[in-house]
Amino acid sequence: MNHFIIAPVLLPAIIGGLIILWMRHDLLLQRVFSTVGSVLLLGAALYLAFHASTGEVFVYRLGNWPAPFGIVLMLDRLAGMMLVLTAFLGLVVQLYAIGSGWDRKGWHFHALWQFQMMGVMGAFLTGDAFNLFVFFEVLLIASYGLMIHGGGPLRLRAGVQYVVINLIGSTLFLAALGTLYAVTGTLNMADMAIKVAALPLSDTAVLRTGAVLLMLVFAIKAALVPLHFWLPSTYANAPGPVAALFAIMSKVGVYSIIRFYTLVFPGDSAVETLVSDMLLPAALITLIVGQVGVLGGRHLGRVAAMSAIASIGTLVIAVSMFTPESISAALYYTIHSTLTGAALFLIADMIAARRGGDLWLTLRPKIQNSGLIAAMFFAAAIAAAGLPPMSGFIGKLLVLDATRLDPWWVGIWATILITSLFAIVGFGRAGSTLFWLPFQLQRIEQQAAAEGRPAPQSPIPPKLEPDEHIQDIGDAVSPTLTFAATGTLLAGLVALTVFAGPALRMTDSIADQLFSPHPYVESVLVNQEGARP
Amino acid sequence: MEALVAIAIGAMSASGIYLVLRLRTFPVVIGMTMMSYAINLFLVATGRLAINKPPILQNHGAPDFSAYTDPLPQALTLTAIVISFGMTAVVVLLSLGAYIEGGDDYIDMPESDRREDGNAE
Repeated sequence: MNHFIIAPVLLPAIIGGLIILWMRHDLLLQRVFSTVGSVLLLGAALYLAFHASTGEVFVYRLGNWPAPFGIVLMLDRLAGMMLVLTAFLGLVVQLYAIGSGWDRKGWHFHALWQFQMMGVMGAFLTGDAFNLFVFFEVLLIASYGLMIHGGGPLRLRAGVQYVVINLIGSTLFLAALGTLYAVTGTLNMADMAIKVAALPLSDTAVLRTGAVLLMLVFAIKAALVPLHFWLPSTYANAPGPVAALFAIMSKVGVYSIIRFYTLVFPGDSAVETLVSDMLLPAALITLIVGQVGVLGGRHLGRVAAMSAIASIGTLVIAVSMFTPESISAALYYTIHSTLTGAALFLIADMIAARRGGDLWLTLRPKIQNSGLIAAMFFAAAIAAAGLPPMSGFIGKLLVLDATRLDPWWVGIWATILITSLFAIVGFGRAGSTLFWLPFQLQRIEQQAAAEGRPAPQSPIPPKLEPDEHIQDIGDAVSPTLTFAATGTLLAGLVALTVFAGPALRMTDSIADQLFSPHPYVESVLVNQEGARP
Repeated sequence: MEALVAIAIGAMSASGIYLVLRLRTFPVVIGMTMMSYAINLFLVATGRLAINKPPILQNHGAPDFSAYTDPLPQALTLTAIVISFGMTAVVVLLSLGAYIEGGDDYIDMPESDRREDGNAE
């Protein structure tokens, strides 16, 4: 069991390396290896999550160096849940990428995908702050390659912005870690928690600076207002499956906030409630900006991206309460918003493939498979807007319930409920433009044909051009697979709704474990060879 | 020496931030390089500034720790240098690609990203 903890990091690293070295010219082999790798990764994640669900905290000491000097990987309930979520999303979206033909639009798609999974898995597993930085870099480097996959002027321009903002984020991350190291003299998270708790209250100015710098870094990753400007053009211009995978990337930022500010800087430490006081207003504004963006978006990619920003807003509102109840709600909402965001981007990509890459919300001829895609869009939009019967409703209810004791509860409730209305109207408008207005156009065309005039607009013919930077339905290897993959994400949402009880019991137990960090700290520092009793 | 190092870090961060806020990719890349230099220097300084103190233990037995400096920040700086070096290469290539495909080296999105009729496709 002990060595198995590193499997989610090692497995994608080996498979990604194999793909680059031995099969870079053979797409079929790449697809087989990459898919098998992702299936194994999901298996490993489930196995680890099953072991972690007992409540025991597992430690893996890299090179068997004693903590806090060596790097440790930590497996607790939270890490287990995030591993399973990532592996599930990675596998399903990868199948979509294969089915839609996105993976042959450029080089090294599958290798980059594996390295991306390696980085995300590592970020969830690591128990060392500097190692977290390194895994952030791993996942970012892979995401730069995936982001510009397929090329095209707009995508490359958005890619430059994405890389620049993340490099600035990395610079801030190093500054934060340097500051924290200068104060605490350690980089191991558990050890840092002890050192921070032991600091005298009078001498915390530098520590507070470090804590806030660190929060800024995670807020950039999570795209909290006012650090969200990179997200809309990045997500709207990234290839569909990549944008869907990025749904987990912003959650890495939220995960890090939860991890750091429950373990290292809890509310009773020297940092007090400084961070949560800043997070709550930022999250409320994020929610408003996101939902207004959904309402005002003229491009489906941007509507989906703004909906992702809004979901981060809701999520961080719950996180900023920092009570076991609210963290439990936030974790439930994390699963929900990851699956919903990914499903929205995949559906947007299916529509783009049938409209010649055009996602502007204007009148176009009816697309192929309009009925089925419309049904999927409807389901995903209901989930994103938080209407019953999908899991978004339960998630929002939990967030409302968790914030009812806050002094700001009126403001929080009003913001969440009013912005939900924006989202409903925004998605309703997008859906009716995409799926209902074309019927009107059909009628005009029929009229024109009856009167012998030429039709005003002809349908978009599918075309097969593998070098093109947009993905077209003509390039799709298997449209069935794309429907199956998107359907699996939606099925995941339905399962999350139907089994909300067990899911909530799981997130409750995760939150309990987060708020009693003693076993976590003990398993790193005390239970090791040569440790002082 | 503290003042010198602090001024160096501050000056490099300030010029880095100024350059990053420019509208074209070349100054932005230079600005990010400046910022990573500033951070590397800052990371070295987090282990306390020391002169003539090696970071590696030299004689075994009971060493006098005050004669040594903290080796960890130096290792962190090394990692940070490697990563920022690789990242500079990535961002240079990427901005070259955007320049060649897009026809200009501005860093903000072109008009065609915001307006449907500006879409060349």
